[in-house]
Amino acid sequence: MINAVGRDIPEEVMKATGRDIFRGSLYHDNREYTKAAPTVRAKIDPTRSKLVGSIREALNRCGAHDGMTISFHHHFREGDYVVNMVMEEIHNMGLRNIRICASSLGKAHDPIVPYIEDGTITSILSSGVRGKIGEAISNGKLRDIAVMYSHGGRVRCIEEGRVHIDIAFIGAPTADECGNLRPNGGKSNCGVLSYAYADAQYADHVVAVTDCLVPFPNIPASISMVNVDYVCTVDAIGDPAKIATGAAKPTTDQRKLLMAKYCTDFVVATPYFKEGFIYQTGVGGASIASTIYLAEVMRQRNIRMGLGLGGIATPMVRLLEEGLIGKLVDTQDFDLGAVESVGSNPNHIEITGSEYANPMNKGAYVNQLDFVILAALEVDIHFNCNVITDSTGLITGAQGGHPDTAAGAKCTIVITPLLQGRSPAVCADVTTVTTPGESVDVVVTEYGLAVNPLRPDLMEAARSCGVPIYTIEELKDMAYAIVGTPEPIQFGDRIVGIVEARDGSIIDVVRQIKEFEFAD
Amino acid sequence: MSHPDKKRLRRSMMFLNCQKPALIKDPYIYQPDSIMLDLEDAVAENQKDAARFSLYHALREIDYRGVERVVRINGLDTPHWKEDIRVCVAGGADVIRIPKCTCGADVHTVERDVLAAEREFGREEGSTLLMAALESCYGVLNCLEICKASDRLIGVALSGGDYTRDLQTGITGTGVELTGARQHMIIAARAAGVQCFDTVFTNLGDMEGFRRETETIHMMGFDGKSLVNPRQIPIVHEIFTPKEKDIIFAEKVVQEIDSKKAQGIGVFTVDGKMIDIAFYDGAKRTLMLAKAAGVYGGNLV
Repeated sequence: MINAVGRDIPEEVMKATGRDIFRGSLYHDNREYTKAAPTVRAKIDPTRSKLVGSIREALNRCGAHDGMTISFHHHFREGDYVVNMVMEEIHNMGLRNIRICASSLGKAHDPIVPYIEDGTITSILSSGVRGKIGEAISNGKLRDIAVMYSHGGRVRCIEEGRVHIDIAFIGAPTADECGNLRPNGGKSNCGVLSYAYADAQYADHVVAVTDCLVPFPNIPASISMVNVDYVCTVDAIGDPAKIATGAAKPTTDQRKLLMAKYCTDFVVATPYFKEGFIYQTGVGGASIASTIYLAEVMRQRNIRMGLGLGGIATPMVRLLEEGLIGKLVDTQDFDLGAVESVGSNPNHIEITGSEYANPMNKGAYVNQLDFVILAALEVDIHFNCNVITDSTGLITGAQGGHPDTAAGAKCTIVITPLLQGRSPAVCADVTTVTTPGESVDVVVTEYGLAVNPLRPDLMEAARSCGVPIYTIEELKDMAYAIVGTPEPIQFGDRIVGIVEARDGSIIDVVRQIKEFEFAD
Repeated sequence: MSHPDKKRLRRSMMFLNCQKPALIKDPYIYQPDSIMLDLEDAVAENQKDAARFSLYHALREIDYRGVERVVRINGLDTPHWKEDIRVCVAGGADVIRIPKCTCGADVHTVERDVLAAEREFGREEGSTLLMAALESCYGVLNCLEICKASDRLIGVALSGGDYTRDLQTGITGTGVELTGARQHMIIAARAAGVQCFDTVFTNLGDMEGFRRETETIHMMGFDGKSLVNPRQIPIVHEIFTPKEKDIIFAEKVVQEIDSKKAQGIGVFTVDGKMIDIAFYDGAKRTLMLAKAAGVYGGNLV
């Protein structure tokens, strides 16, 4: 069936995944549903300890068996040890047909690929997959169709009961023996535990994994002992150097700086740029540079940001400290500056993944955004964005909060160079749709910007901001004029993954890759 | 009659290495007035041919959107310059920059080959402009002769690195070592009615120093500056952008001279200042600069 972004979703995929096609961002507005509930075991006996000495013991106490769904969070980013140590133990126990429900998976998890190949892991749900897991899925090595959801979509998926977590393993920088978990104060601090909150609430069994046991009470706790069954101590939950790195140096790449300048010139020309505006940006070079440019204008015009949202990095923290931002509301920390700030600054506040972006709760922070500044691997003439598959069709990225923030913000800006290497980033049709064009308002390139025709109200700002204006088709034509019209990627027949829209429907599918074959 | 673009606006002239197609494919996005496609020092000796191919393709295939395309050819003491000229003319370069120019005869030498190439490739005769880089004490002292050597010559540029080596000093950051050459060249260029461009500023870590140097050469009367990085462009353009009061005054001067001329009046006052025809070109130039910077929307230029 053809969905609202024109993608043909085979019926067998709808059947196999139990999902409808995407019918538009607001299609499920006002839908009534009953939330799922976990099956929990009471802990009445105050003398019974939650402490377990090993991952194996935790798995045994949770009654781990074939076919279970195991969940993880990704706040330790590329420094995470938890996924690998748990999956190794599951593999050693000889368990089969395990489903992983992760908030995201990265290159740190390359070691679990053999468990996909030998049938230990047969199903994966994740925001995205980088590294060798992405290659394994793209090469058809995972038995089931992988599901890639957004950060908000994952919480919805769990709260709706679309996925039921049997055991949640929650890496925690600090824990007390009762299971109060905090993201700070330990050896491997990650700043927040936002994405683990739904796991703690909805999993049948919840195991905290920590390398820093602290005296009771470990409060204020991001995750409370009322939801935690066991506390497992290990030598190390992650590599602190990879969990929170030093702040990235501001870019000196002139192309990125030009895009950042154009982005800021446009932002400050819109009616949304006024005292108290709400803003989210990423951590790419152009995004950070645009924040720096924006701060200059804020100082000149004496305009303050009411709230800065999202994944946070040091540049936003500095603006908070300078008094240019009222509050930072945080679901993920990208560097040490952000980790330290959320642990110490009362105006820098941790929220849950549901509060951040779940489309099916009663109102998420993303809906309050005035601006979100995003990147994309590709954007097409329908303004659809791809943040998952690369120019060979390989799964190499993650949705993150891209579709969530784009859907929520009053003004969604996607910054992309016209070309990514030899490939046009502005193209006729993206390889994979992850964010629907109806949610994307403006595309900024180093050549100029294009406004989505669905947003004629933003044209006035575009005309007055001094940035060259093109239609999205003109940008595409300029890209093709430089590198030529790309041949379509050749895929195999098998569908290896679906891209789940925020509301749980299928916005696109990802096919198995194959070697390019020349016509003659 | 001189080439219509001979005196066009040239505040910023950005060097780009012809050996790097990714650099030369779209420098117009940074909006310099001119780009300087380099076949000389930036190109490795065994890559001259590849750079020429790349240059030819760029000149023929890329729409530079009004940005002037200057090509720096190799020196007259190398085996490359003749083929460089053929490629420039065949590709349709706007201006050829002669490096290490020492005297009027150097300009004549290049001019002869350019004319031959224009005939060979069916280009209009005289369509290829020239500029001369002065990189030695001898060249600087011969500046007036060089400026007057050809009607194709748009102007002269100081090349500070080689010049200061010849002077037996170096770039000090104070500008003192360049003062004499700058002063001499701008006087000679103005005497000959051509433009004058300042040397590059290579320390990208010192943007304040770059700004100070640009302010200095702007005050000295230079038309523009050679640049090595896009981030230098907006600073040059800002400094060369006339102030609002200067624009208003220039507008009045042009309008008053035009109307008074019709009435047969030669000398009069504008805002209390004595004005005559000698102010006309200067006022026009102010308005041209203002228009290029997007701060003047009138139609007097």
